[in-house]
Amino acid sequence: MSVSGARVLLHALLLGAAAITLFPLLWMLSVSFMAGGEASAFPPPLLPAHGTLANYRQLFGQQNIGRYLTNSLSLAAMTTLLSLLLNSLAGYAFAKLRFRAREPLLRVLLAALVIPSQVAMLPLFLMMKWLGLVNTYAAVVVPAMAGIFGVFLVRQYALTIPDELLEAARIDGASELRIFTSIVLPALRPILVTLGVFTFLGSWNDFMWPLIVLTDQGLYTLPIALATLSREHVQDNELMMAGAVLTVLPVLALFLSLQRYYIRGILMGSVKG
Amino acid sequence: MRVGYAGWAFAAPALLIITVFFFVPVLSALIVSLTDFDLYALADIRNLRFVGLDNYRQLLHAPQFWRAVANTGYFVAVGVPLSLAASLASALLVNSRLAYFSAFFRTAFFAPVVTTLVAVAVVWRYLLHTRYGLINYALAHVGIHPIDWLGDPHWALPAIILFAVWKNFGYNMVIFMAALHSIPVDLYEAARLDGASRWQEFGRITLPMLRPTLLLVSILTVAGYFQLFAEPYVMTQGGPLQSTVSVLYFMYEEGFKWWNLGSASAVAFLLFLMILAVTALQVRLTRDAQAR
Repeated sequence: MSVSGARVLLHALLLGAAAITLFPLLWMLSVSFMAGGEASAFPPPLLPAHGTLANYRQLFGQQNIGRYLTNSLSLAAMTTLLSLLLNSLAGYAFAKLRFRAREPLLRVLLAALVIPSQVAMLPLFLMMKWLGLVNTYAAVVVPAMAGIFGVFLVRQYALTIPDELLEAARIDGASELRIFTSIVLPALRPILVTLGVFTFLGSWNDFMWPLIVLTDQGLYTLPIALATLSREHVQDNELMMAGAVLTVLPVLALFLSLQRYYIRGILMGSVKG
Repeated sequence: MRVGYAGWAFAAPALLIITVFFFVPVLSALIVSLTDFDLYALADIRNLRFVGLDNYRQLLHAPQFWRAVANTGYFVAVGVPLSLAASLASALLVNSRLAYFSAFFRTAFFAPVVTTLVAVAVVWRYLLHTRYGLINYALAHVGIHPIDWLGDPHWALPAIILFAVWKNFGYNMVIFMAALHSIPVDLYEAARLDGASRWQEFGRITLPMLRPTLLLVSILTVAGYFQLFAEPYVMTQGGPLQSTVSVLYFMYEEGFKWWNLGSASAVAFLLFLMILAVTALQVRLTRDAQAR
């Protein structure tokens, strides 16, 4: 095949694949602006006849989705901030500070990465119940405040900080805490952005644990609210699409603006295994 | 000495959280799985009895459990190869030296990965609608009669597999792209001088060089696909006729619908063992292939 023929074929394939991945998302957006019942027709309409915000109005009005949006946002923000702090402290310690049992601990943590989190879920629920934390945000945030993956991600990056830099600060009499805040944290900035995006997206998209531990409707996160709504309103496609848009748009926007950092996280995570 | 102290102080908060909220629950799960923890024990812990391996024995004799295992096995056995093939194919396309706008295509292929699973599952449920869904509409053009995707026990799991591949392939694509980048260009140049065809290049250079990445990616993907839960929860609620009940879905119902926490913990451990066994098999097969 000639080079130009190959090029045409290649782009036909690329465009076809992009159409398949993007179409459901674009169509979701389009249907969300349709009037009630408009999408339940054959053939399915691609664009709304008369664009309307009625679905969004109903979601924010009757369905109180603003509440769930706030819940999701504050849970994800709290989880991200707290876990960044704890994971960066530990990741730096495992990379650069010598302490007793460091290496065996590291091996235990690495081995534990293979355990699926669902194994811990049932006793964790009992623990939360015993602590009286079921149906509180703490039940979602506290267990997510530190994670093995996060500690390792920070550790890998912190290994690249030159020891001389830390030694020089110690000789100048800086305290370990001071060294952490004024030298280590700035050096870790890129990986903290990466981990932050990961954690935020993970928390926002999380489904099974919040479903189990937040049964009070006022505390629902967006995915839980949407799943509940979709079980009740099976026929209201336009309304559901508007709900899906509100759930997906914030994370998609976050990803698009910080894509570089997110993808580096995947690559570092996979190299480490 | 001062340094030793600081290290512990820095690591302690994270280690405490991980220990209390991960290691302790995992070990407790093992203990709970050996008891008859149920609604009565939840009300009063004195009702708890140690039952040894009874939960495991009962599960292994329960047709519903095996149904969930078979469904999950089907999802993994069909979904993972499809997903990896889509990831590798798209990585090769985007990485091609002839491709324009490769950054755009990479982002387009990756977009479904970051979307919220519940939200896009709702979208797909509509796309798969028997009467109004666009997928049946498109199939009608090539003469295929409407398929009741999510209402037919034969089609529900395949439909969920299609959805899962759409949602996930971009993740591994990014990993494959990085691995493709690290293959030395002179290998291809040498092959071309020797008159190798494109297919020979792929079979003799690209695939062997990708083998470590393939192993890693398939281990991670298998573990992920074994944890199927939200898709059937939103799209089919396990139905029709239990055809989309996965092991985790079974665990969820056993634990949080019927409150048989002892039995549900045993399900969790059996799932873990299944993942470990398949991972060991994958490592073994790859080693054998390399030895050859």
